[in-house]
Amino acid sequence: MTGPRPSSIAFALLAVAASGFLLTFADAAFLRGARLPVRAETAGLAARLGLTDIALFTEARYTRHPTQADLHSAFQDHPLAFEHFPTGSLHSPIRHEPLDRKAAQPD
Amino acid sequence: MSPWIEKQRSLIDFTLASLARRKTRNLGLLAVYALLVFVLASVMLFTHALRREATAILEGSPEVILQRMVAGRHDLIPPGYPEKIGRIRGVQAKEGRLWGYYYDPVVKANYTFMVPRHEIAPGTLHIGPGLARERGLAPGNTVSFRSYSGRLFAFTVGAVLPQRSELASADLVLLAERDFRDFFEYPAGHFTDIALSVANPQEVRTVAAKLAAALPDSRPILREEVLRTYASIFDWREGLVLAILSGAIIAFAILAWDKAAGLSAEEKREIGILKAIGWETGDVIRMKFWEGALVSVASFLIGYLAAYIHVFRFDAALFEPVLKGWAVLYPRFSLTPAIDGLAVATLFFFTVVPYTAAVLVPIWRAATTDPDAVMRA
Repeated sequence: MTGPRPSSIAFALLAVAASGFLLTFADAAFLRGARLPVRAETAGLAARLGLTDIALFTEARYTRHPTQADLHSAFQDHPLAFEHFPTGSLHSPIRHEPLDRKAAQPD
Repeated sequence: MSPWIEKQRSLIDFTLASLARRKTRNLGLLAVYALLVFVLASVMLFTHALRREATAILEGSPEVILQRMVAGRHDLIPPGYPEKIGRIRGVQAKEGRLWGYYYDPVVKANYTFMVPRHEIAPGTLHIGPGLARERGLAPGNTVSFRSYSGRLFAFTVGAVLPQRSELASADLVLLAERDFRDFFEYPAGHFTDIALSVANPQEVRTVAAKLAAALPDSRPILREEVLRTYASIFDWREGLVLAILSGAIIAFAILAWDKAAGLSAEEKREIGILKAIGWETGDVIRMKFWEGALVSVASFLIGYLAAYIHVFRFDAALFEPVLKGWAVLYPRFSLTPAIDGLAVATLFFFTVVPYTAAVLVPIWRAATTDPDAVMRA
C-alpha cells in the first residue's frame, strides 16, 4: 500500500496555513469588537483632558509630545540623525505645516 | 482529473522529493525566509495598528492649540494675551492650559504634570497607571516630589487613572491649579498654552490664519495637524524598517542572489539527467517554478501568521525593548487590530515574486544548454 502523494501532503499543509491566514482577518474583527470599549475609554479620557499626544515615548519633551515640540530643535529633525534618545530614529520627522503668513509687500 | 492538473501534481511530487533530498538546507532556507517575513509583517501590522490607535484616541483633542514663541522656542502665555485674540468668529471657547514636565530622580523617569478641566482637591494627585506601577503607589498613599526650586511637596494619591487608558495616560500627574503653580513657581496669570474650540470644522483653518495674522508671535497647532502627525509618525518605510531591518533585508537579498547566480553541482547534474531521459526544457522550468512558489508561499504564510499572533495576541512583546528606547515609563497596552489589506498584498508580492523569479533564472540557463555539457560541468 502506498501512502499519500507528497503533493497531497503539501497542499493539505498549505490549506491549513491559508486557513490560518484568513482566520487572522476574522480574529482581527473579533478583537476589534472586544477592544473597542477600551479604545473608547482612552479616547474619552484624552478628550476630557484635552490631550494632544500619546504616552508612548516618555523620555524627552519632543518624544512625549511630538506634535507640541518646538519647530526646529536640535536632534529632532530627521530619522537616523545623531540623537541623544534612540526614539528619534524610530519615528519619522514631524511634518509641521506652517500657516500661510505672507509678508506685506514693501511699497 | 484533467491531464494538465495531473502533470502539475506529478511535477510538484517530483520537486518535493528533490527538496527532501536536501532537507537541512531547504528547511534552513524556509526558516530564514519565514523569519524575515515575520519581522517585516510584525513591523507593518504594529505600526499600522498603532497609527490607527493614536488617531482614534486623539480625535477629541482640542481643535486649535495656540502656543507663544519667543526666539523660536515655546514660551509661556502672559496675562492679557488671551484677550488679544479678541472675538474671532467661529471660536466657541478659549481656555488657558497648564502643563509641564517633571523629572523624577527616584525612578529616573519623566512625568507630565497637568491641570485638568475638572476640579481636583488641593494636595491630591490623580496619577497615570504607569507611574503608579513604577513607584508602587495606590489611592490613599502619600508621595513627595522635590520641586525645581528645591522645596519638597507631599501629595496624597486621590486616584489612579484606569489601566485600560494607559497608552494616553501612563505618565500623567493631574493636580489642582494652585498646587501646579506652587510646585513649579509658575507666575500668576500665565499659562502654558491656549486651547480653542471651533464649532465648525470648515472654519478651523480660517480661524488659525486669523490668529497667526493677529498674533505674529503665536504658533497655532491644528487638530488635523496633530492627527496627520500621528498618521505618518511611524512610517515603517522610513523609521523602524530602515533602522532595524536593513541588515536583515540585505542579508536575505545576498542569499537570494546567491541562489539566483548559480546552481550547485548536484542540481546541475539533476537537470542534465532529466533532460537526458527526455524532459523538455519547459517541464524543468515548471518544476523549478513550483519549487520557488511552494517555498515562498509557505514562508509568507508561516511568517505572516506568526507576526499576527505576535502583534495582536502577545502585544508585540519582541518590539518592546526597541520601542521603549530610554524611557523608564513604558505603557502596557493591547492594540486594536487593524490590517491594511493593500500592505499585506504588497508584502505578499515583494516576498513571493522576487524569490520565485530568482529561482527560475539560473534554471532557465541550465535547462537550455546541452544535457551532456551540463552533466560534465
